Amino acid sequence: MDDINRAIIKAIQGNMPLTSSPFREIAEEIGVKEEDVLKRIEDMKRSGIIRRFGAVLRHNRMGFKVNAMTAWKVNDNEEDKVGRIMAGFAEVSHCYLRKVPAEFGYNLFTMLHATSEEDLARLIDEIASKTGIKEYKVFRSIKEIKKTSMEYF
Amino acid sequence: MKLTRLDAEILDLLQNDFPITSRPYKVMADKLGIDEEEFLTRVKIMQEKGIIRRIGGVLESKKLGFYSTLCACHIEENKLEEAIRLINAEPGVTHNYIRDDWYNVWFTLTASSEEKAEEIIEKLKESIGAEVVSMPALKVYKIRAVFSVGEENG
Repeated sequence: MDDINRAIIKAIQGNMPLTSSPFREIAEEIGVKEEDVLKRIEDMKRSGIIRRFGAVLRHNRMGFKVNAMTAWKVNDNEEDKVGRIMAGFAEVSHCYLRKVPAEFGYNLFTMLHATSEEDLARLIDEIASKTGIKEYKVFRSIKEIKKTSMEYF
Repeated sequence: MKLTRLDAEILDLLQNDFPITSRPYKVMADKLGIDEEEFLTRVKIMQEKGIIRRIGGVLESKKLGFYSTLCACHIEENKLEEAIRLINAEPGVTHNYIRDDWYNVWFTLTASSEEKAEEIIEKLKESIGAEVVSMPALKVYKIRAVFSVGEENG
């Protein structure tokens, strides 16, 4: 990663100023041509450094009223199979296998989004029956105390 | 704020089709048959109302050589406020939630390396006076942070 890419990331890691030519402004600030900024952003999208470019919404204001982190106890040899089934649900936004202490045990983490408590209960039942995983725990958030994007550079 | 059909279409483009081009908002506005100025005004209102958190790049920390992990800790009620202050003061802590479990504080930590993350965790353990359990991801089956807004709010 060279200094120019680093400077571009610094400019796009947060909220870009809302103007008609945002990339030209970034280019001027860094001291390169606008077309270089555009090309480099495209390249970083292609290589996966930039997973996505665009708006990040506050999804709890978007109709999903109940969001619940739910972790499941899954055996070693079943992780991939179960992970893929869970990932297939539209209401599951994130699904990660994590390294967890043995005494904790809940190793497959999902972020679930539902429109109501009843909807969440139905979703969990459906996931449990489709995967055969019966041991799970819902970690409800009581309060969001920090949510920001990483400042890498 | 009640979203109009047009707002929903704008959000859809902003999330999924943000063009990397000189006049991105004009390109999106043209698709919807509205003025660039009107498009920008609607976006500004949705930012002010907190519907849009930010506009920019969603970055893959791993590809940038960074390490990230989900941490959980059990903090007693009377120490909670001070512990939260100390945890949130770490720049690499990007998300932090109080949850209804014995592990009541859950935060994500991103650092320039695994060693650096461990260093920060050790430091936090000491300053908050509690155990911090680190649970890094081994495999990612899904990350989807884009939401269709047309159906729920159209």
